[in-house]
Amino acid sequence: MNRSIPVNVVLALLPVGIALGAVAFDEPFFVTLATRMAILALAATGLNLALGLGGLVSFGHAAFFGIGGYAAGILATHALYMQPILTWPVEIGGTDSMPAIWLVAVVVAGLVALGTGAISLRTSGVYFIMITLAFAQMIYYFAISWPAYGGEDGLSVPTRAVFPGVNTATPMGFFAVCYGALLVGVTIFAILRASRFGAALQAARQNETRLAAVGIAPFRIKLVAFVLSAMLTAVAGALFADLNRFASPSMMSWQMSGELIVLIILGGTGRLFGPVAGAVLFVLIEHLLGGATERWQLFLGLILLGVVLFARGGMVGLLAGKPRHG
Amino acid sequence: MADPILAIRNLNKSFGALKATDDVSLDLRHGEIHALIGPNGAGKTTLIHQISGSLKPDAGRIEFMGADVTGLSLSQRARSGLGRSFQISSLALEFSALRNVMLAVQSYQGSSFRFFKPVMRDASLIDPAMAVLERVGIADRAHVAASELSHGERRKLEIAIALAMKSRAFLFDEPMAGMGPEGSKQLTTFLDELRGEAPILLVEHDMDAVFALADRISVLVYGRVIASGTVDEIRSDPEVRRAYLGEHAE
Ligand SMILES: Nc1ncnc2c1ncn2[C@@H]1O[C@H](COP(=O)(O)OP(=O)(O)OP(=O)(O)O)[C@@H](O)[C@H]1O
Ligand SMILES: [Mg+2]
Repeated sequence: MNRSIPVNVVLALLPVGIALGAVAFDEPFFVTLATRMAILALAATGLNLALGLGGLVSFGHAAFFGIGGYAAGILATHALYMQPILTWPVEIGGTDSMPAIWLVAVVVAGLVALGTGAISLRTSGVYFIMITLAFAQMIYYFAISWPAYGGEDGLSVPTRAVFPGVNTATPMGFFAVCYGALLVGVTIFAILRASRFGAALQAARQNETRLAAVGIAPFRIKLVAFVLSAMLTAVAGALFADLNRFASPSMMSWQMSGELIVLIILGGTGRLFGPVAGAVLFVLIEHLLGGATERWQLFLGLILLGVVLFARGGMVGLLAGKPRHG
Repeated sequence: MADPILAIRNLNKSFGALKATDDVSLDLRHGEIHALIGPNGAGKTTLIHQISGSLKPDAGRIEFMGADVTGLSLSQRARSGLGRSFQISSLALEFSALRNVMLAVQSYQGSSFRFFKPVMRDASLIDPAMAVLERVGIADRAHVAASELSHGERRKLEIAIALAMKSRAFLFDEPMAGMGPEGSKQLTTFLDELRGEAPILLVEHDMDAVFALADRISVLVYGRVIASGTVDEIRSDPEVRRAYLGEHAE
């Protein structure tokens, strides 16, 4: 019997359960926590494409997360003050529509990933980790040295962007959008993983020489994966800025990149619902221990150590057993 | 005589001071098995790596089906029909045997940039992959992870992958190694039939197999081809006997 289906169903419903429970017990803050879980899970699902399937340990995905956040912040600011972003050659104004913001986030992050990926993917292993970190740091310093959009102070998002048919100003309305985005992200991950592209990508992780020896060039496969991965993470970034009503440079920090990797390892690398499991656990630890002690990260470190030493497959691996490869 | 399908011309490769390939020229003709023999460390694998595109030669030229492929990568040469196996088997270890072969079928069919249809429900990938597993005799192990296959099964899987690519020429690096006498015999029969489909450049230490199979043999010693000819010519060549064959030649 394959236990991964019931485990996945439970994990998929967990954020909804927390949000509904929060409403039932009149604890609105937990709706925010559930929303945070959904957004971080989406960001990590993006990274899971590159890291989990392709074995590309990007230590720079915070850059794409931040690009999404700044896209949301910049577009919303311009929309509020009705200032065009560009006046020449065509006039482009701001927008407070989520789909439009996401489109911009996805395109910009995709282009940046294409450029940085084309260079980073010429290396592998530790060098890849370091070069993705270096690119992300460059983008981070670019953001804090750009006074027009807040510089080091970050950029506040004056009003939360809107989504057709949903009142995103209410916590549950916004949660619904984020959770919907997460489900779409997880579905995209599942479809890609099962496809020919996904097969080639997973083979690139397992044995690049084998992939090349059957006639598939690993570089292009990995580059496309890196770009798609960045795009998903960017959408999460846009939602994160909307959640906090703030696009902070810290979204682009290396600590953020590290957190995304931690989420994946906690949840189960390459597993469909690994990022969800990781995000739920991470946000709960952060909330429960973070309230009690300043040193909550110490406990997170211990848990991470436990997972790496005793449960390599993360939480999903622990609950559902090993993945099946057909 | 028709042009050879594979022509290696004046290939040279050094690792530091070590000359691993020393001005090697050899041909693979249509329909033949050309065996490459030589002592350990003679440079056989290094030569296969250069022909397949895993290693760049320092100098020389490789022509495949009339085209210069010296500048092409491993994946480009594979797509143009040059299939190889590895001396130390090189597989996607987490994937099942079937999925390893399906990857080759997928490559042969064209683009891997197909993002929607699940491979495990794609009969156009599964059926040809099962058929080659059947041919090499490991169809019953199709759903076993490559990491859990026996040594001999992995060797067969490597050959199945090369078959699934519909290769126009095969480069096999010691396919018999560690197969056991029964396995070697089976594989000998198999390769004997395979040469009709595509010629084989066969690196092998198992002299019974080489003498049974080879149309021609080249002997590599210290990176250099010291002799090349038919089985009988090589068996009676005094220099070859001294350098390598010794007790095998009787
Ligand atoms: N990447 C490398 N760097 C340095 N030296 C190498 C490298 N690869 C091979 N060599 C050396 O080149 C020589 C030829 O090695 P190669 O593996 O081609 O021999 P072989 O004929 O395949 O031997 P065997 O029968 O043991 O498989 C050996 O001396 C080996 O140590
Ligand atoms: Mg060798």
